[in-house]
Amino acid sequence: MSTKDISLRKPFRERVARDWKRYWLVYIIGFLCLSYYIIFCYMPMGGIVIAFKNFRAAKGIFGSKWADPWYKYFDQFFNGYYFWRLLRNTLLINLLDLLFGFPAPIILALLLNELRSSAYKRTVQTVTYLPHFISQVVVCGIILDFFSSSGVINQVIEALGGQKILFMQDSRYFRPIYVGTGIWQGVGYGSIIYLSALGGVNADLYDAATIDGCNRFGRVIHVTIPGILPTVIIMLILRVGNMLSLGFEKIILLYNETIYETADVISSFVYRYGMQKGNYSYATAVGLFNSLFNFILLIGVNALSRKVSDVSLW
Amino acid sequence: MKKAIPYNEHDKGHGKQWNYGLPSTGSKIFDVCNVIFMLLLMVITLYPFLYVFFASMSNPLKLYSHSGLLLHPLGFSLKGYQFVLNYRSIWTGYLVTLFLATVGTGCTLVASLLFAYVLSKKDSMLHGFFTFVAVFTMYFNGGMIPTYLIVNELGLIDSLWSLILPGLISTYYVIILRTAIMGVPKEMTESAELDGANEIVVLLRILIPLIIPTIAAISLFIVVGYWNSWTNALLYIRDSKKQPLQMVLRQILVNNDMSAAAGTGASNRSGEDQATRMLLKYATIIVSVLPIICVYPFLQKYFTKGVMIGALKG
Repeated sequence: MSTKDISLRKPFRERVARDWKRYWLVYIIGFLCLSYYIIFCYMPMGGIVIAFKNFRAAKGIFGSKWADPWYKYFDQFFNGYYFWRLLRNTLLINLLDLLFGFPAPIILALLLNELRSSAYKRTVQTVTYLPHFISQVVVCGIILDFFSSSGVINQVIEALGGQKILFMQDSRYFRPIYVGTGIWQGVGYGSIIYLSALGGVNADLYDAATIDGCNRFGRVIHVTIPGILPTVIIMLILRVGNMLSLGFEKIILLYNETIYETADVISSFVYRYGMQKGNYSYATAVGLFNSLFNFILLIGVNALSRKVSDVSLW
Repeated sequence: MKKAIPYNEHDKGHGKQWNYGLPSTGSKIFDVCNVIFMLLLMVITLYPFLYVFFASMSNPLKLYSHSGLLLHPLGFSLKGYQFVLNYRSIWTGYLVTLFLATVGTGCTLVASLLFAYVLSKKDSMLHGFFTFVAVFTMYFNGGMIPTYLIVNELGLIDSLWSLILPGLISTYYVIILRTAIMGVPKEMTESAELDGANEIVVLLRILIPLIIPTIAAISLFIVVGYWNSWTNALLYIRDSKKQPLQMVLRQILVNNDMSAAAGTGASNRSGEDQATRMLLKYATIIVSVLPIICVYPFLQKYFTKGVMIGALKG
């Protein structure tokens, strides 16, 4: 306490001089790295102002005139034809992914933990981690090939006496395919963090639970799951905080005009309207809505979790 | 990793008979089901890749007329690979991607490492500022369109640097590296400083050698990231000669555009031509995934040890 008081009483200029003398090299490197963050992260954040301007490429970001009224593009979006469809699709795909895709790695980790043979466990891990490292383009290429009208899945359906299904032209199938293949891609890799949390559960607790009369299933319920719960909550907060920004790559690889009804989400809409049609201001406004929604969701979920469970990101 | 719940064999000797030692019938049935489930999971994970592999070296006409699953190549032909060899843009794509995987990885690693070093100096006055600037970008960003406009304004459109610079520093990797640097005992760096080593020497001779496992793990993840990346190219590269491999793959697999293929009459929709197109698709997938499969065993080594996860928690 006392040393802190003394250092606080030292004049600011003196402290800065000492700090500089000690850390000057760190600061030079630090400001070099900072220039990356400023140019490629913070300048784009500043560039968001074009959501409130009539952006003209010739005039640049700062030369373009303010939109009249300033919320013109937001108005256009919220009252536009596509708003509800986009919001519904984005939320629904993410909620389905949360409902099925989020628990899947936890269940896998719990099941892996129950395997008696560690060699077998390692083999399963090696195999199931693999799809995570295969590029989204290749995975989506394989999905499109397998689910195409003459693809291997339809071949099997026909061989079993069924009717051919146009998976990629029928909007009903997009969500199940998206979520299902998402689990296929991520279940193994996603289980790593839970397996490492499982490794940290105190082994004595298992003995104690056994003495108290728990069977194998009871031990999972009363010891294992509470043991990994903090990790689960952190992952859940992060997942919900990313709610609306996930899936861009996979969606623009998989969707096509015939299934926009269920497949078009906010980020793919931003890409189409901004990059392909050149409506920069409008697309930026839509993107800003998305980021703000996400940001508020993250703060909200984090606050909620801190209240309910004492686990939070900050 | 924690071992599975121990059997009672070693307990017998001590005369202790806890009931959890004797696997009940239910427990045994569960074990059998679990093993079978894992087997199924592995088959489902691997089969799509095996199918592509078998198809890629099948006889094109046999493949075209075949219906259903493949359990081995149909006949044998390297025609698909021959087409890949003659497909110019695959090779230019490979070169661009190799550039990214080497130069890009080097730049990202050095920049991330330097910034991690800066963030590891906890008692410097600007520590809090640097940390905030970096961490904030993990939760909020400018979005696609403003970032594109900045990259455009910097004159990076159609430059290979547009594939590296916008994502030069990954805050996620910086935090992992920072945690590793901070895990190095203070005594080691302090004694070196007492011996007259300056900061650069401490960083190069002491810190970096001590965190080599983390650096190696992160480099591999960066390489795989560059290998699989394509969205930056989608936004910033128009020149078809500068497209990285994944964009060429997207053209072939997703857009079904193989007009650049030499020797396949693009307009000719005969059965044989369709068959060669299929073969070309499968062969390209194999050629692009092969390098990932080759580094996969090395990657595997790191995440089973929990290097990445352990560091993240700290």
